[in-house]
Amino acid sequence: MAQTSDVSGARSANTSSANMNHHILSVLVQNRPGVLARVAGLFARRGYNIFSLAVAPAEEEGRSRITIVVDLDSAPLEQITKQLFKLIDVIKISELDPSRSVERELLLATVKASGPKLADVSTLAEIFEGKIIAVVEDFVTVSLEGHPDKLDDFEDLLGRHGIVELQRTGRVALPKLDRSSRHRSAH
Amino acid sequence: MADSPATPERITGAQALIRALEHENVDLIFGYPGGCILPAYDPLMDSPIRHVLVRHEQGAGHAAEGYAHVSGKPGVAMVTSGPAATNLVTPLMDAFMDSIPMVAITGQVPTAAIGTDAFQECDTVGITRSCTKHNELVMSADEIPMAIRQAFHIATTGRPGPTLVDIPKDALTNEMEWYWPTDEEVQASLPGYRPNTKGHPRMIKEAAKLILASERPIVYAGGGILKARAAEALRELVELIDAHVVTTLMARGAFPDEHPLCLGMPGMHGNATAITAMQQSDLLITLGARFDDRITGKVDAFAPEAKIIHVDIDPAEQGKVRRPDVPIVGDANYVILEIIREIKELLQGGTRQADTSAWKSKISGWQEQFPMAYEPSEPGGPLKPQYCIEQLNKYAPKGTIVASGVGQHQMYTSQYWKFNDPYTWVNSGGLGTMGFSIPAAIGAKAAMPDRTVWAVDGDGCFQMTATELVTATLEKLPIKVALLNNSFLGMVRQWQEMFYDERYSSVFLDSANVPNFVMMAESMGCVGILVESPEEVGPAIQRANSINDRTVVVEFRTDATEGVFPMVPPGTSNSDLILHPTQSDPTRALQPEPKPIDTKLKDVH
Ligand SMILES: Cc1ncc(C[n+]2csc(CCOP(=O)(O)OP(=O)(O)O)c2C)c(N)n1
Repeated sequence: MAQTSDVSGARSANTSSANMNHHILSVLVQNRPGVLARVAGLFARRGYNIFSLAVAPAEEEGRSRITIVVDLDSAPLEQITKQLFKLIDVIKISELDPSRSVERELLLATVKASGPKLADVSTLAEIFEGKIIAVVEDFVTVSLEGHPDKLDDFEDLLGRHGIVELQRTGRVALPKLDRSSRHRSAH
Repeated sequence: MADSPATPERITGAQALIRALEHENVDLIFGYPGGCILPAYDPLMDSPIRHVLVRHEQGAGHAAEGYAHVSGKPGVAMVTSGPAATNLVTPLMDAFMDSIPMVAITGQVPTAAIGTDAFQECDTVGITRSCTKHNELVMSADEIPMAIRQAFHIATTGRPGPTLVDIPKDALTNEMEWYWPTDEEVQASLPGYRPNTKGHPRMIKEAAKLILASERPIVYAGGGILKARAAEALRELVELIDAHVVTTLMARGAFPDEHPLCLGMPGMHGNATAITAMQQSDLLITLGARFDDRITGKVDAFAPEAKIIHVDIDPAEQGKVRRPDVPIVGDANYVILEIIREIKELLQGGTRQADTSAWKSKISGWQEQFPMAYEPSEPGGPLKPQYCIEQLNKYAPKGTIVASGVGQHQMYTSQYWKFNDPYTWVNSGGLGTMGFSIPAAIGAKAAMPDRTVWAVDGDGCFQMTATELVTATLEKLPIKVALLNNSFLGMVRQWQEMFYDERYSSVFLDSANVPNFVMMAESMGCVGILVESPEEVGPAIQRANSINDRTVVVEFRTDATEGVFPMVPPGTSNSDLILHPTQSDPTRALQPEPKPIDTKLKDVH
């Protein structure tokens, strides 16, 4: 399960991730009913903006990892992590500096294109190492996995052909292996 | 305490719930039954736990808070689903704001009916998520003992707060195999919960150094002192460093008002000296306090020259409002004792404490110049509320507990009552919940039956929760109520007077006419006494104090035009405080640089 959510609604989904003051929090939680509501509710109540959010089971059974891209214009990172850590279900928070982490995201888009336009889309997908997933009548669905900035560029170029539907997963991230990242942990 | 696993015992979830509460040493539950919680009320009849049947679930919640305030033990409230659970929301939020340990147990519709909009279903955990420290929906009978243990553990450790366990009816009726989780099992089940109680040794050392170097130190003591049961340690520290103390609204009683180093309450309606001393201090030794907006006034202008030592068990309080120079996350009692040890070591090692004598004489100058003041009643004129509080205090037996509502009467009580013992003041600080006092006083009385418990209430507040006086009568929890009836929502009226050009919108309650409070009190089995003149005040209080088998309501008809002073108008700096009108205009003398005072503020919030 993965989902993207602009909880606050303060930023449109098209805002390029490159020009925002963001930070990535990788939050390890107990996978219990309502845990996502607790996290989202905390952000909403305290007026912190979430740029994107992805959640899925983590390596250890009964644990999930929530990757939250937070907008630091809305609140200082320190307050956000401290308040998050007060949630009983939150086990560990890793603050991932974008320059010290690997980030990935998946994009699915359906574009109206046929004939020569279809070829253009196909070329674009090829250049970006994306995939054509389906072609039905005048519509083509493409997928692209990669760094969110790359997805931004792809989305821009694709937009010229007229995107009918778009879904991005929101980024997931882990610390880069060669450098250390800061951990806030209960242990 | 773990039961022998050799002989598994099958009991119902309801029996397990009551047994779990017994294992948690609960002696008292405040509650109200109904459909979904019914199964739990049956085994309760056979339990040594006393159930106090309130008249409204909000009363159960506030009574649990009052109980916790004075005893330090978690208060327990048990109610049914739907409307009962929503009636508990206000006390839960109140307890959350004031860090009161409390456990709420709510009935829920059967698991199969959850999500179907069943009769009296509501999303209790959803609704209470942001007003509890933690909450949990239990889905089967087996989970009940662990959920209860977790709820008590979380409510009472770290920064205390309310927890809630929501239990569907079938989880109560189904059978389970009784077990009682060990401490280790509870810990293991909460991998994300490890409150830090020990402060960082380097920071503690740093704090000790700063304290000895300060020429203008002020100890800023908050409610955390009481939560950490650190009043004694606080006194030891204060006397060791010979520094003045302010006690916030939540900390009244944590340091004796009669101690020469006590400056009383700071903040919006604080003592002028307390406010000014904080404002001009060079070091705020902040212990279990959180720089609430009612304390700081305009944050940018708050104590501009002060370095900050901030001791708090909640890491999120560090730097939330004011960036500390020395942050110390830990239990206030532990940390204070450590700071004392460090200071003694430094002194023994030859470090000399900075000279604070100039600062001290400045403080005593302010104290002489700006005592708490009001104008006594003119002959035949209306009663002054401050006078009523002074008289209540004067005649109060030793150890009297005072609970208060919210409004002017709350501020008068905090200002004019001399609190000399911890856990004698019960009030709603963070949320400011009108109607708090009567149920909270009942809860306090239930915890401390041998103490005199006065509820100081306003005529607005009284009309919100007075129905609990029936509970007081029938449950034989005789409290005393001092009802300061000024016929108005006095605090709101004061703001309209000061900030809305005396346009009094919807604040007149006409409560000298309706209701008849004495009759109302008597109808609920209480003794009702009406007091209209200053001469009657003392005798009425003495009479009330002599009645110990019934609840007494003393209605004081007070001056509607009286205002609470000093006052730091909202959104302004603490340097701009306004004294009582009778203290002419000496405010300028309080300020390092005189500023004009503008009482007609545009930006009121
Ligand atoms: C539940 C609730 N509603 C409204 C308020 C806003 N409020 C704060 S003080 C106050 C007036 C209280 O009036 P009263 O109980 O008569 O006390 P007084 O100020 O006159 O002493 C009001 C309405 C509140 N604090 N709590």
